[in-house]
Amino acid sequence: MSRTVMDFWVGLFVMAGIGALLILGLKVGNLTSYNAGEVYNLTGNFENIGGLKIRAPVKSAGVVVGRVLDIRFSLETYDAVVTMGINSAYQFPKDTFASILTSGLLGEQYIGLSPGGDDVMLTDGDKIMKTNSAMVLEEMIGRFLFDKASEN
Amino acid sequence: MTDNLIEIKNLAFSYGTRPILNNVNMAMSRGKVIAVMGGSGSGKTTLLRLIGGEIKPSAGYVKVADQIVHQLSRDELFKLRRKMGMLFQFGALFTDISVFDNVAFQIREHTGLPESMIRDLVLMKLQAVGLRGAHHLMPAELSGGMARRVALARSIALDPMLVMYDEPFTGLDPISLSVIGNLIRRLTDALGMISIVVTHDVQESLKIVDYVYFLADGVIAAQGTPQEVKSSVAPFVHQFVHGEEDGPVPFHYPARPYQIDLELESVVA
Amino acid sequence: MRNRIVASIQAVGHKTIDGVWRLGKASRFFVWVLLKSTTSFLRFGLVVREIYFVGVLSLIIILVSGLFVGMVLGLQGYETLQKYGSESAVGTLVALSLVRELGPVMAALLFASRAGSAITAEIGLMKATDQLAAMGMMAVDPIARVVAPRFWAGVISMPLLAAMFTVMGIFGGYLVTVVFIGVDNGSFWSQMQNNVDFRYDIVNGVIKSCFFGVAVTAIAVFEGFDAPPTAEGVSGATTRTVVTSSLVILGLDFVLTSFMFRGVS
Repeated sequence: MSRTVMDFWVGLFVMAGIGALLILGLKVGNLTSYNAGEVYNLTGNFENIGGLKIRAPVKSAGVVVGRVLDIRFSLETYDAVVTMGINSAYQFPKDTFASILTSGLLGEQYIGLSPGGDDVMLTDGDKIMKTNSAMVLEEMIGRFLFDKASEN
Repeated sequence: MTDNLIEIKNLAFSYGTRPILNNVNMAMSRGKVIAVMGGSGSGKTTLLRLIGGEIKPSAGYVKVADQIVHQLSRDELFKLRRKMGMLFQFGALFTDISVFDNVAFQIREHTGLPESMIRDLVLMKLQAVGLRGAHHLMPAELSGGMARRVALARSIALDPMLVMYDEPFTGLDPISLSVIGNLIRRLTDALGMISIVVTHDVQESLKIVDYVYFLADGVIAAQGTPQEVKSSVAPFVHQFVHGEEDGPVPFHYPARPYQIDLELESVVA
Repeated sequence: MRNRIVASIQAVGHKTIDGVWRLGKASRFFVWVLLKSTTSFLRFGLVVREIYFVGVLSLIIILVSGLFVGMVLGLQGYETLQKYGSESAVGTLVALSLVRELGPVMAALLFASRAGSAITAEIGLMKATDQLAAMGMMAVDPIARVVAPRFWAGVISMPLLAAMFTVMGIFGGYLVTVVFIGVDNGSFWSQMQNNVDFRYDIVNGVIKSCFFGVAVTAIAVFEGFDAPPTAEGVSGATTRTVVTSSLVILGLDFVLTSFMFRGVS
């Protein structure tokens, strides 16, 4: 095996390896859709966040417009404060609804934004006033049984 | 008064608690071929390793070119080793590179000579051992004798002042035996170096050496010129030189009396 | 009977002390290899040569195994997920399993058995045929010239091989689910991209494979250098390389995973 042939194969090997790493980074992971622009923060208070996690998507009309950055428990209002990072390209009116929804049956939970009709837009640091909490299975079953019982 | 390039005084070495060498004294000067003979396990290879600085003695010292080997620092030892060559028992050629690259190895590692010069040097060394035409072969393609010769060429690559040969005659056919023997003699004379040949082979070595040391149980049992050795009546030397079955080195491994083992007699009787 | 029990307990103690002593020897050797690595970098050609033998020649087993592992993941994943109507999540399943765990761990195990044992055998044989001693006598440090280049070749090759294993695995999963079974192409990739986080999953996976590379190659190189210079010695050393590497990989995987993927909130 002459020196140059070996060098060739090693060079090819290293390039293939780096190529594989790049494929993993770009095509498999979410690097490309990773905050491609500037981001501004919005908060929302939820009675129950259900299974919402940090880095869950924030979608409007099904399109990802941001990510959940932080979830905390507020001792003042005794509910969950969720901080979202929204892509600066997207502006939402002050009376937007933020709901915690589930994608698919087993899917993970995300925040859906339904815009209202207000002229004034939300800016960095604003709070979304209208929120819908996650639907918890036990409460739904309880409500269903209660409704059924009160029917009779 | 010849200049003694190598002096060994009161050398002793133990492997743990087992003594291997004890009170060994030797002196060797330039241009001489010295044979160190003895049975297996008599400490011959240990002696070579002590001279090369691979191991430290438990007593005494080895002086090479006025330097006490075991007191040298790592760098100084490496510098000294560049002036030594060693021929290992089966050649120990680097199996993944060609004959040419094997001989060129030391030259490339320790000198900054350009490739054209290295090529000339390597071919000269190979010519000296008669294998210039085989420079492109790989070690796996060589016969035992040829491999040994290439290893010899490799050990003299930097024109050392001392070359040690660990059993150079083992396993060779008669022609190769004589070739190696003559090469050792010729190169020692031509380069004015010292050759220390560790061997069992009495016939070949007595033809080419200037002085012989006999090691038995870690001490020098006898020494002398080839003439003195051949005509010696000391029992050990006599047995060794003439290949006698029984003598100071017994034929039978220590055992119980034969009749008892065969159960022809009981132990009590 | 009592003597036998005592003897077996003594044997356990003896083996433990032996193991600890060997671990110390191996650690000191590892430090030596690191200290003498300057030659490897000044004469990078030595490392390149070893990357060929260690990396390039392992490609086939890595790529083929990766493909099959991915295909099986796809099949098994689909089988279970379709019961919940969530087949479109199979892309995520295949990708996350490979990127986080199977890629680094399996590639490391395969590397240990193929390249690790080869390194051990080569160094062990060089020791047994006096080549290392000859090099020492020629005032060339065998650790710097023979051992260190192989070590760095292994460290460099391991993450690359793990990445290639993972990519082949994802391709295998794609092949089985999208091409053969008929899961939707778009949702396969989009769900995967949404759920595989670069920093959290991919980078952690790469970090794991780097750790494994160091561990496996260090073990392989030490066992070879330490092997008794006989046929049985070298064969025992190669076996030990594979066994020890495998155990260390799996143990290290647990430790790293508990650090990296702690409480996926």
